[in-house]
Amino acid sequence: MSREEILEKVNEIFWDVFDDDTLEITEETTAADIEDWDSLTHITLISEVENAFDFTFAMKDVLGMKNVGEMLDIIEKEVQ
Amino acid sequence: MTELTFTKLKKNCRLDPADGRECRLAILGDCATQHLATAIRGYGVEEHIRFTVFDADYNQIDAQLMDEQSEFYASKSQFAVIFMCVEKLYHAFCETQDRAAFADTVYQKIRGYWELINAHTQTTVIQFTFAENDDRVFGNYACKTNISFLYQVRRLNLLLMEGAQEVKNVFLMDLNRIQSCFGRDTVHDEKLYYIAKMPLSTQILPEVAKQVVDIVKAVSGSIKKCVITDLDNTLWGGVIGDDGLEGIQIGELGLGHAFEEFQMWLKELQNRGIILAVCSKNNEETAKEPFLKHPEMILQLDDFSMFVANWEDKASNIRRIQETINIGMDSIVFLDDNPFEREQVRSTLPGITVPELPEDPARYVSYLKGLNLFETASWSQADRDRTKQYQAEANRTASLAQYQSYDEYLQSLGMVAEARPFDSFQFPRIAQLTQRSNQFNLRTVRCTEAEVGQMAADDRFITLYFTLRDKFGDHGLISVVILEKTDGDTLFMYNWLMSCRVLKRGMEEFIINTVIGTAKQAGYRKVVGEYLRTPKNAMVKDIYERLGFRRLGDNTFEADVDTFVQNKTYIQIRKDDAQ
Repeated sequence: MSREEILEKVNEIFWDVFDDDTLEITEETTAADIEDWDSLTHITLISEVENAFDFTFAMKDVLGMKNVGEMLDIIEKEVQ
Repeated sequence: MTELTFTKLKKNCRLDPADGRECRLAILGDCATQHLATAIRGYGVEEHIRFTVFDADYNQIDAQLMDEQSEFYASKSQFAVIFMCVEKLYHAFCETQDRAAFADTVYQKIRGYWELINAHTQTTVIQFTFAENDDRVFGNYACKTNISFLYQVRRLNLLLMEGAQEVKNVFLMDLNRIQSCFGRDTVHDEKLYYIAKMPLSTQILPEVAKQVVDIVKAVSGSIKKCVITDLDNTLWGGVIGDDGLEGIQIGELGLGHAFEEFQMWLKELQNRGIILAVCSKNNEETAKEPFLKHPEMILQLDDFSMFVANWEDKASNIRRIQETINIGMDSIVFLDDNPFEREQVRSTLPGITVPELPEDPARYVSYLKGLNLFETASWSQADRDRTKQYQAEANRTASLAQYQSYDEYLQSLGMVAEARPFDSFQFPRIAQLTQRSNQFNLRTVRCTEAEVGQMAADDRFITLYFTLRDKFGDHGLISVVILEKTDGDTLFMYNWLMSCRVLKRGMEEFIINTVIGTAKQAGYRKVVGEYLRTPKNAMVKDIYERLGFRRLGDNTFEADVDTFVQNKTYIQIRKDDAQ
């Protein structure tokens, strides 16, 4: 799976979790860019990404990722 | 597991089920419960319930319950979910010296919560059991010593089950059962617990929410009362008309084993008080043959309250069964292996539940168990006799033909009734009747056993229950009246409901005569009745007028005790009660 494909799939998860299919995320998107992206929604997001890509994030990654790009780095490593 | 995802439930929360009924629910947890609250609200939307959730702050159970001014008490919630997680429990265990007494100590604390809630509110408690978990400090030896965590958490769950039998308005949501079905790794997410203090995984939340909502529905009176089942390829393998008695599959060997288990499960439901009926496209004689002749059939003809086998369409036959048994379509479950029949029934009869039985009969029972269709909020010995009662009813209907007039028929029944104030033996049945009756129910006041007991002991109320029997059998306790003393002159019919099984027997006449007599004896001059409309109780909208009350307003009625003319009835009062 290419990085673009991963981003596309993650974007669809964002549409679902934030119930907004106009969201266009990029590698640089952070929690500050999306109004509803609070700590509770972050947990939902993490769970949905784990389900979709069939792996589990490490605890430090959940707390540590700074933007969508860093999330993609972890997913990319896991799906290879 | 329910197919609904947490994300779907979360989206549901933005919808507003227009036809939904309101329900106020509080959540008290020693862990973070925000997502649980979202899941319950979202699942409510699926079931047409509009939840207003008061989600107490993290780990505030003590503070909320001890302080009479707390937000919890102010929320006036109908239900209080108490969720204490096993992670916290383990922490407390590690800090305890007297390990052998740990479960009993924790149980006393939880029991104290229940009693605080009972003392201050009418709230029904939904207590989660603990997801049993072992720390493996003893290995398997944990089962052999009472100081292991495993032993203590198991004991605690059992203490909760025993306590819930004593404290009537406590119901348990068995989280441990969910864990044993789906596994610890599915139920728990350690990472979520460490980061956010959320012990339940996002994946399991919809299932937990379903169980909570199932309890809420049952306590609110929405329950299944009857299973109507097909025969060929549903109760046995094969087609009796084509394959013959020797050709069908039922019994311990081969494919028959799955059907045997399925019949055994239906028999257990029947023992619990679920009415069974057959609806099959067959000749009646052919359809009955396996029940009469096959040695390995578990279900017998007398397990069914009705047996309908003909070539008419199933929806019409089901409607006939429903009208005869006289229960709501929404309390019926129809089981059939044929997707075409299921669809015809589902689309013709709104309200009926028609599970999508899996193709493989081996999965029938596990699939149906997963749906949890038969949640109940009460159980009494009388439930066991229900099948007999409906069969007696069929005999009565058959005997009706012998008589010239309906009056003559009623006289021939030799009906004897009793009227008594509530006593504790009858609390379970009384509570159940208030929860089950929808049609003959004037104000639809649902009561838990605890509330029934409170009213029985309260001087402001006069309580009456009624039983009826005749030469065909005993109907048992079939009606409940609660009279509220509004002033020195007036009794208000706070609650009146009756089982539809005894309609058109003169029972309602007998009850009102008794109510007026009771009022007279106690020195009251007026009895006031009220009709509160629901989608299901139109049959009693004019009943007070029919029984001699005067209409006061749209829905209120009044009778003068002194000038009241007794209604005609053929029912005798039981001799040993005659004053």
